[in-house]
Amino acid sequence: MAARIGVVMFPGTNCEHDAVRAVEGLGATADLVWHGDTSVDRFDAVILPGGFAHGDYLRPGAIARFSPVMEAVGRFAAAGGPVVGICNGFQVLTEAGLLPGALQKNRGLRFLCTTVDVEVATPGSVLTTGVRPGTVLRIPINHFEGNFTCDADTLARLRDEDRVVLRYVDNPNGSMDDIAGICSEGRNVVGLMPHPERASDPLLGSVDGLVLLRALVGAAEILSVGAPAPGAPDAAGAAGSVADVA
Amino acid sequence: MGPTGKFAVLVEVRPREGIADPEGATIERALPALGLDGVTAMRAGKAFRFDITATDDADALARATAVADRVLANPVIEESTVTVVGMAGDPTDPVI
Repeated sequence: MAARIGVVMFPGTNCEHDAVRAVEGLGATADLVWHGDTSVDRFDAVILPGGFAHGDYLRPGAIARFSPVMEAVGRFAAAGGPVVGICNGFQVLTEAGLLPGALQKNRGLRFLCTTVDVEVATPGSVLTTGVRPGTVLRIPINHFEGNFTCDADTLARLRDEDRVVLRYVDNPNGSMDDIAGICSEGRNVVGLMPHPERASDPLLGSVDGLVLLRALVGAAEILSVGAPAPGAPDAAGAAGSVADVA
Repeated sequence: MGPTGKFAVLVEVRPREGIADPEGATIERALPALGLDGVTAMRAGKAFRFDITATDDADALARATAVADRVLANPVIEESTVTVVGMAGDPTDPVI
């Protein structure tokens, strides 16, 4: 059964169609989910794509976390469902408390729109399952607030628990420990600043993003085999095994 | 709850000590070009001004602090100062 992937759209999101197209190209089915929706239970994985949710007013992600869909995404994540936040989606996940730390303004106060090398730091996340650590991927970044920051204890935990998913080869924005992406304790929630969906076709100059998206679609496919989806109310019993897979 | 009134509140949000403040640093570096010398320790932040319904000053401060801590500031990177300026609409309020 094809993996069903929900791509959340807030007012101001602008990468949703890119994300849909990229995962459909890998055999998944994808649907847009409006931010006012109160359930994502019909999906096997959820993507929070890039953009400027709610105009990035106050701080990126600060208002988006109050959108009704985020409560549903929180439940889905708690049940072990794969959730990936790309760029603005990463910012939303940190503001919502689903990932630690914060994304502050880039060092040097420059908006960065370029393509960078990122190194896979762990195979232990829904976005890097089966990818050899040290693999270098060439993927675009496009952000002003991508400078990952957290307190020393949190950074130590991220390192000790092998939760840094991606590191910049040449740190473009001042992120602590060159962090480009991290995952949750359950390893099923991942946030990253680079845009894998923009490196998903030779026409775009790189297909390296497919390495990550293939892992996500794979994780979703595993979930799609056994109904119900992770967020469904009657999935509580299956949540443990789902988290183990993730 | 006793009688209530509307209190004017000022919340200032700025980067935590020890958190890089590239905006403040950039402003500080630009000043000498205009001959505005001697400015140091520039920190850039945001100010929020609103009215809040509360029973008294202490209640207003507690309610406004909750707004600041839970929404207006991200405690990972920012800190805030909450001040109850006075009653809402007070013409002697220096901030209006």
